[in-house]
Amino acid sequence: MSANAKDLSKDLRNPIKRARGLGSAQSGVGHWWTQRVTAVALVALGLWLVVTALGLLHADYATAKATVARPWNALLLIAFVVAAFWHAVLGLQVVIEDYVHTRWKEVVLLVLIKFLAVLGALASVLAVLRIALGA
Amino acid sequence: MAEFTLPKNSKVQQGKHYPAKGAKTPRTFRIYRWTPDDGQNPRIDTYEVDLAACGPMVLDALLKIKNEIDPTLTLRRSCREGICGSCAMNIDGTNTLACTKAIEDCGSGEVKIYPLPHMPVVKDLVPDLTHFYAQYASIKPWLRTQSPAPDRERLQSPEDRKKLDGLYECILCACCSTSCPSYWWNGDKYLGPAILLQAYRWIVDSRDEDTGTRLDDLEDPFKLYRCHTIMNCARTCPKGLNPAKAIAEIKKLIVERRAA
Repeated sequence: MSANAKDLSKDLRNPIKRARGLGSAQSGVGHWWTQRVTAVALVALGLWLVVTALGLLHADYATAKATVARPWNALLLIAFVVAAFWHAVLGLQVVIEDYVHTRWKEVVLLVLIKFLAVLGALASVLAVLRIALGA
Repeated sequence: MAEFTLPKNSKVQQGKHYPAKGAKTPRTFRIYRWTPDDGQNPRIDTYEVDLAACGPMVLDALLKIKNEIDPTLTLRRSCREGICGSCAMNIDGTNTLACTKAIEDCGSGEVKIYPLPHMPVVKDLVPDLTHFYAQYASIKPWLRTQSPAPDRERLQSPEDRKKLDGLYECILCACCSTSCPSYWWNGDKYLGPAILLQAYRWIVDSRDEDTGTRLDDLEDPFKLYRCHTIMNCARTCPKGLNPAKAIAEIKKLIVERRAA
């Protein structure tokens, strides 16, 4: 058990008080379900991305740029980066919750990875849009 | 952070050696020893036991050691037939019941015996299961109904009764929960495989009428969703049950009652 274990002998509360804690957060299913939905999406989008990238193996810069600029490709590429960042942040969140037991560090890290994921996703979307819209 | 190394006062040291003189078929047991009284670190004592004069199970060897070699060895045991769960401990690297684990199934070489992992130790092979039992109490593991009590027993179809198979056999020995890394790191909040299997045992019971409240109480990032399907629970269960499947069924039911 985590940090609490060492203080147990001094804890005068009934064990059931500790076991019930703050009660159920009544959430968690959204995280669990979204992680699986984005995983399924990434299987399909990942396959498409690999096939598309293989098609560009010996292409020059202009061809690659034109491929990304094609509407369907730009759409699927944006879908891929959004799903990938979303899935990644959900997974990182679980790792942090599992292993970081100092509450303030946990909260700071959880907020930080969300900011980074949103920034990363927005930057990727912006990059694709600039190519697709010819900016 | 989660602790990955033992604190200084928990580092295990080499203990005493008790050889078996003139034994025809000696077998070596290396057993974790710690007592709260002398301020010493835990140690591993080595006992040689003559299997020719010992019963077939690990519990037989432990009791022979306690009766004939070292009466200070402390362990829990009661039924000696795998139904009480008292003698759960880590034998040969796996959590199991000493009474149903045959010595000859312990691989070759020394038989290593430790208390259930990552629990506070009361003494030697006796872990403190207070929090584990409190977590069990927290799921209110009894039949909860809205309908008035009938004049006779509450009936259940044979098909509905079948749904309790693989669940009712759980003896709450804590082998599964203490084998689960998620329970090691977050056992203060995560209910663990044993308690979640018990919770599911009441969720699927056709006579229980509080299913929604039971799911409400479990829907929590820590109480339920710390299960990452590591499957140690199913591998170690001395009764051959599958707590991971019960947990998956709970997750499915919580998804089922919401819009996808």
